[in-house]
Amino acid sequence: MTTQPAYTRSSAAVAGIAAPVCKGGVSIMDVVKRYGTQDAGVLAVDHCTFDVPAGEITVVVGPSGCGKTTLLNAIAGFHSLTSGSIYLDNEMLCGPGRLKAEPGPDRIVVFQNGALFPWKTNIENVAFGPIMQGYMTRRDAFEKARDMMADAGLRGIENNYPGEISSGVRRRVEIVRALMTDPKILLLDEPYRALDSLTKSVMHEALLETFYKNRVTIFFITHDLEEAIFLGHRVVIMTTRPCKPKKILDIDIPHPRDYNVLTTKRFREFMDETAAAVHEEATKAFAAGEKER
Amino acid sequence: MSASNKWSFKVSSFIVGEDFWRGIVAIIVFLIFWEIGSRSEALFGFAFPWVGQVPAPSAVLKEIYRLIQEPSFWHSGYLSTRRVLEGFFAAMLVGIPLGLAMAVSRTFYGITFPVFEVLRPIPPLAWVPAAIIFWPTQELSIAFVTFLGAFFTIVINVIGGAQSIDVRYFQAARSMGSSTFDIFRRIILPGVLPSIVVGATVGIGITWAVVVAAEMISGGGSAGSMGGAAGGGLGFFIWNSYVGGSYTQIVAGMISIGAAGYMSSAILRKIGQLLTPWLAEG
Repeated sequence: MTTQPAYTRSSAAVAGIAAPVCKGGVSIMDVVKRYGTQDAGVLAVDHCTFDVPAGEITVVVGPSGCGKTTLLNAIAGFHSLTSGSIYLDNEMLCGPGRLKAEPGPDRIVVFQNGALFPWKTNIENVAFGPIMQGYMTRRDAFEKARDMMADAGLRGIENNYPGEISSGVRRRVEIVRALMTDPKILLLDEPYRALDSLTKSVMHEALLETFYKNRVTIFFITHDLEEAIFLGHRVVIMTTRPCKPKKILDIDIPHPRDYNVLTTKRFREFMDETAAAVHEEATKAFAAGEKER
Repeated sequence: MSASNKWSFKVSSFIVGEDFWRGIVAIIVFLIFWEIGSRSEALFGFAFPWVGQVPAPSAVLKEIYRLIQEPSFWHSGYLSTRRVLEGFFAAMLVGIPLGLAMAVSRTFYGITFPVFEVLRPIPPLAWVPAAIIFWPTQELSIAFVTFLGAFFTIVINVIGGAQSIDVRYFQAARSMGSSTFDIFRRIILPGVLPSIVVGATVGIGITWAVVVAAEMISGGGSAGSMGGAAGGGLGFFIWNSYVGGSYTQIVAGMISIGAAGYMSSAILRKIGQLLTPWLAEG
């Protein structure tokens, strides 16, 4: 495990857009995570290796409780690894000698149920990062926050509290907050899980639009296969716990995508190709009695 | 701020509201039954059990009207209010930092919580004799017992509030580059604030209950004349009325305590709403 990961993949999948210099490529190398002790513990991640190419959307699909969130927490620096290593743009985040990464503004998580601070207004939430890191004055941060919210179609709710807006809009505010600190990679942990399917489809297109504008690398966790294929350049299907990649697909449907993609033949082919694998793991997970967490 | 209009109390909509009139009718009906009960001996020839002995609301009202013109009554109210505020603010001043320290440090929690939990179930009134012995003046012992009334409630609420803050807020703040102090100031403090408001609102009600009882037990003393340097207060006022056999004055004193407690809680709730605007109903 001494070799450094190489980034050879380009973002050429984005038709018609000159590939900019992309950051945020993550290499997950032989990662193991065990909760508890060697004998009595639970093996959550088992020798997991795959790449998250820079400037692309990588979607990880797997049954609930399979350990996908464990991976995300390791990249974000919230949890430690048991062994293995994770690199961000060829720099080790965590690995031998430093099993827990330092959380930082280059990797921002958008959480499953949202983590906007309820006691701050939406604009205060969005402006939080730059003010905390001290590279912007409060005034400048608010100005940038106002611009970015307007850009994302979130004008008029700046001075509301998160509790006063719908959960779909909250999630969009949170993504804007994440983008404020100019992260290399966005880590999205089933962000649309609690939303109804109509809201979800709106959110997907909004996310893609944000992605095309900002070209930020996205690591997206879900258990919704359709969502995965629709959004992802790359889809990583995980086994049930202990999780490791079962199947890695590169989705060659050209970007920019919109909802018409769902009815195309190619999309159905990808669904057919993966549905059996996902269903098999889901059945195993169900039989093992995995609980929603 | 768009939130400012939510803070104004909607008096007009409250008065025309159904709840308001239902409340008014309930109180009037209650007073009528009480009045009839109190006059039962004259009306029906025999006294109803219990209510037959209680002075009628009309008599109590007359007594209250007389009392509010008496400076000594106001002085009793002032003494009790001062003790409530002293005990309450002391409890906030000690209880909030202590609760936060217990919530933040596992070690400190491990050391202090067992002691705290042994002392907590002891009713404040059980402290009265010990307080009289340990504190040099009667005033201090009453203030101390009042302090205890609010202290435990506030500490428990602060600990509970801090422990229930969602871990994702800490993770998000940490990712966005917050220092440990930032996290304390911008996550823990606002996260605990709603629980502090609840603890304070409940706590001040308890201080009223405690101060009156403490005044009854220790407040008369040898210097027990109205407006004396030590003692006094509404608790002593009621006790004194009992000793003097003025039943209307007892009930008038009780009602004034109820009103004072209600106002304290209402004021705190209002302050709480101003401090936690994000909890306003949309």
